[in-house]
Amino acid sequence: MTSSAHVLTPEVLIIGGGPAGLTAAAQLAGRVQGEVLVLDREQQAGGIPRHSDHIGYGTRDMRRFITGPAYAQRLVRAAETAGAAIRTQAMVTGWDADGNAEVTCPQGRLRVQAKTVVLATGARERPRTARLIPGDRPAGVYTTGQLQNMVHLHHGVPGHRAVVVGGELVSWSAVVTLREAGARTVMMTTRYPSPESYAAFNIGGRAALRVPVATRTRVVRVIGRTRVEAVEVENIDTGDRRLVDCDTVVFTGDWIPDHELARLAGIELDPGTRGPLTDTALRTSRPGTFAAGNLLHPVDTADIAALDGRHVADQVIAWLAGQRPDPRTVRLRAQRPFRWVAPGLLRPGDPAPARRRLLLWTDDLVHMPHVTATQAGRVIGMRRLPWPSSPGRVFRVPWSLLSRVDPGAGDITIGLYRSGSS
Amino acid sequence: MSAASGPQPAPAAPAQPVADVAVIGAGVVGSAIARELAGYELSVTLLEARADVGDGTSKANTAILHTGFDAKPGTLESRLVRAGYHLLSDYASRVGIPVERTGALLVAWDPDELAELPVLKAIAAANGYDRCEVADADEVYRQITDLGEGALGGLTVPDESITCTWTTSLALATDARLRGTDLRLAHRVRSVSHDGGAATLHCDAGDVPARWVVNAAGLGCDLIDQMFGYDRFHVTPRRGELLVFDKLARPLVSKIVLPVPTARGKGVLISPTIYGNIMLGPTAEDLEDRTATGTSESGYEFLLGKGRRLMPRLLEEEVTASYAGLRAAVNAGDYLIEADGEKRYVLVGGIRSTGLTSAMAIAEHVRDLLSDAGLKLTPRSDVPSPPRMPNIGEAFPRPYADEARIASDPAYGRIVCFCERVTAGEIRDACGSPIPPADLGGLRRRTRAMNGRCQGFFCAAEAGALFEQYRPAARATSGPQEVPG
Repeated sequence: MTSSAHVLTPEVLIIGGGPAGLTAAAQLAGRVQGEVLVLDREQQAGGIPRHSDHIGYGTRDMRRFITGPAYAQRLVRAAETAGAAIRTQAMVTGWDADGNAEVTCPQGRLRVQAKTVVLATGARERPRTARLIPGDRPAGVYTTGQLQNMVHLHHGVPGHRAVVVGGELVSWSAVVTLREAGARTVMMTTRYPSPESYAAFNIGGRAALRVPVATRTRVVRVIGRTRVEAVEVENIDTGDRRLVDCDTVVFTGDWIPDHELARLAGIELDPGTRGPLTDTALRTSRPGTFAAGNLLHPVDTADIAALDGRHVADQVIAWLAGQRPDPRTVRLRAQRPFRWVAPGLLRPGDPAPARRRLLLWTDDLVHMPHVTATQAGRVIGMRRLPWPSSPGRVFRVPWSLLSRVDPGAGDITIGLYRSGSS
Repeated sequence: MSAASGPQPAPAAPAQPVADVAVIGAGVVGSAIARELAGYELSVTLLEARADVGDGTSKANTAILHTGFDAKPGTLESRLVRAGYHLLSDYASRVGIPVERTGALLVAWDPDELAELPVLKAIAAANGYDRCEVADADEVYRQITDLGEGALGGLTVPDESITCTWTTSLALATDARLRGTDLRLAHRVRSVSHDGGAATLHCDAGDVPARWVVNAAGLGCDLIDQMFGYDRFHVTPRRGELLVFDKLARPLVSKIVLPVPTARGKGVLISPTIYGNIMLGPTAEDLEDRTATGTSESGYEFLLGKGRRLMPRLLEEEVTASYAGLRAAVNAGDYLIEADGEKRYVLVGGIRSTGLTSAMAIAEHVRDLLSDAGLKLTPRSDVPSPPRMPNIGEAFPRPYADEARIASDPAYGRIVCFCERVTAGEIRDACGSPIPPADLGGLRRRTRAMNGRCQGFFCAAEAGALFEQYRPAARATSGPQEVPG
């Protein structure tokens, strides 16, 4: 059926036109011989920021403080101005036997035979079903992505009383959207002992939002025949349960990479992030295929994803110039309370990671964390950081932690040194 | 042809014509019966309490096309499942209902169950199915590599198949409609009165007089039965919860993995689904509430516990969806299908999950009962061709991958639901079909839109907007339209 498909042969195929993919495209176009092609399955490129209609975007990559939609437009313009080709409504549905991308778009089925591929497919929030929250299946249950898509792109209306599940950075974004759409957030639930991103949140100011945060709680049931009527909330420590009246529930955060194409390509995943395992040059296990953005670290802010795109562009150019990686690798692993660390591989001769930072995800709030790197039973690096490691957002650690790696001494574990007080 | 849905006035002549036969319940069984009877010189009305066909017990069926190997030999169920398997297999290939002959492997986990395998093989033979083979543990693990530890042996059932329960109900109801059946949705029968030779079924939406009545009301069939003066059985809603795992888990399970059956049903199975996922379930929990289709904490815990033993690797994958459905359990060991010639009434009750497979055979059986009871049956010479259903099975060509289809209509190249690869063209087609979806749930069952791993994170807003744009009510106010059917 695809035998007659139209074949495209770009120098670089970038799958996903969000901050990472578009920034990579803007950096690559004009610097490589052939075409730089971005495929995005949505009607418009720009990724998640398209429907995050509040300010806070562009800080680190553009030195601006603009709204998500404005940021998305700038990313698209920059890529197009640089000469990249962006095709929207074009979805990569799989790979053929030769590793070429198979694409469906209104113009037909395409086959893309590219010299290099950058996977920048991003991440999504786990929906209620994947979180195994039982109860009825009424209308009024959303993820932040669905809510913002509906409110900002389709001008839909949620209810009036919302419960927001999760206390991540994105959860506050959901609160802002709800407020703009006329819904009051009557409760934010988080299983952590403190509302993790609270201190970090500066979009509009948390005081103005006045949201009651129920710490150490979880939603155990959704109730409502046709429309949500209430949720049942459990205190994790006491087991006490109570009903909270609401007509809207938003399941926020709890991100998982959109890794389907990586898995279909047989690319090795990192069991922690569940995104592709990459080295600091953002190479995946498939030669010539790179990955960037929140597919690798679900999720950091859009500007960090964009700077991944800038970083990967240099690595793609090096690959096209014939540079090949050292086969020797050292695996980076996360130790509790960290869930994952990205990137997960080090190779001799490779560059520092994007922004010279390791990215980690933690389950514990620790002020002034003491981060350690251990190799072969020996602590090879230790840094006391002035910023907290906080659940619900990426914890960034300076690359200098790993200045004394022995390429032949095996895995490195990143953990926390605890002296009894934190 | 008369109107299909909504409060449109009946066409032409007498204000409220008396139907020859009214079938109560447009689940898979009622739809099959209406379709069968509409192949004769009869006027048939199909009444459905809900706003869509196949929206009760049928929609949460585990969607296995059963050989009937494990039925109780000699029962009506055994006979009708066996016959229905062939009827539905044949019909499926004609109308485009997706079927995959995956085969099943029944697994024994303790010595008692192991001893049961040859007995089950003999039962299968008594049911007319002689292709079961007993397999040793090595063979079991060769067939299902990732099965949990401790399997002692198994029984192969090479012809058990998976299908799509949603498309099956919809195909039969659509076919019934094309044959002239008057489908009345949102017609819950509240009471029945008799007047001379006809019964009148009183619904909120209006009265429906009929000379003969077939009760295929599923969960409500005991209540309807009481309206005809009987008190012979009680329906207990038996809740079954299912977990559906991500498509990326599909390579783990190549066939239906069954436990050794018990008195309470077929037990918890792991099966591929026709949509390319893996299903774990169902639970079996007797309830009183006939509307309790919510999922429960205990159900999840039970299923996850089962899953950990049956296939630990499966639990490493994401859960895409969970479903809860109600089966109409009755206190009888067999289907309850009986005709009352005096009242011109046929009960079709006690139809368990096997009813998906047996539906078309039940329809023929009911036809024969009606004939025996005095209904005159004259085959029509002008039976229209059956519908061709849109394929939503993963193993068969779907529009997004069909070069020629996209070339002829770019709407099939516009993927709206990314996880399930549902195109704008398919959403438009569903809305313009003879039995269009009444709500987003109906759209999900017709297209798979929003049923994937993101559960609408990316697509729900867009799919919802398309539905509003294309649904019949919207089209009616936005310009001329074709009258479907």
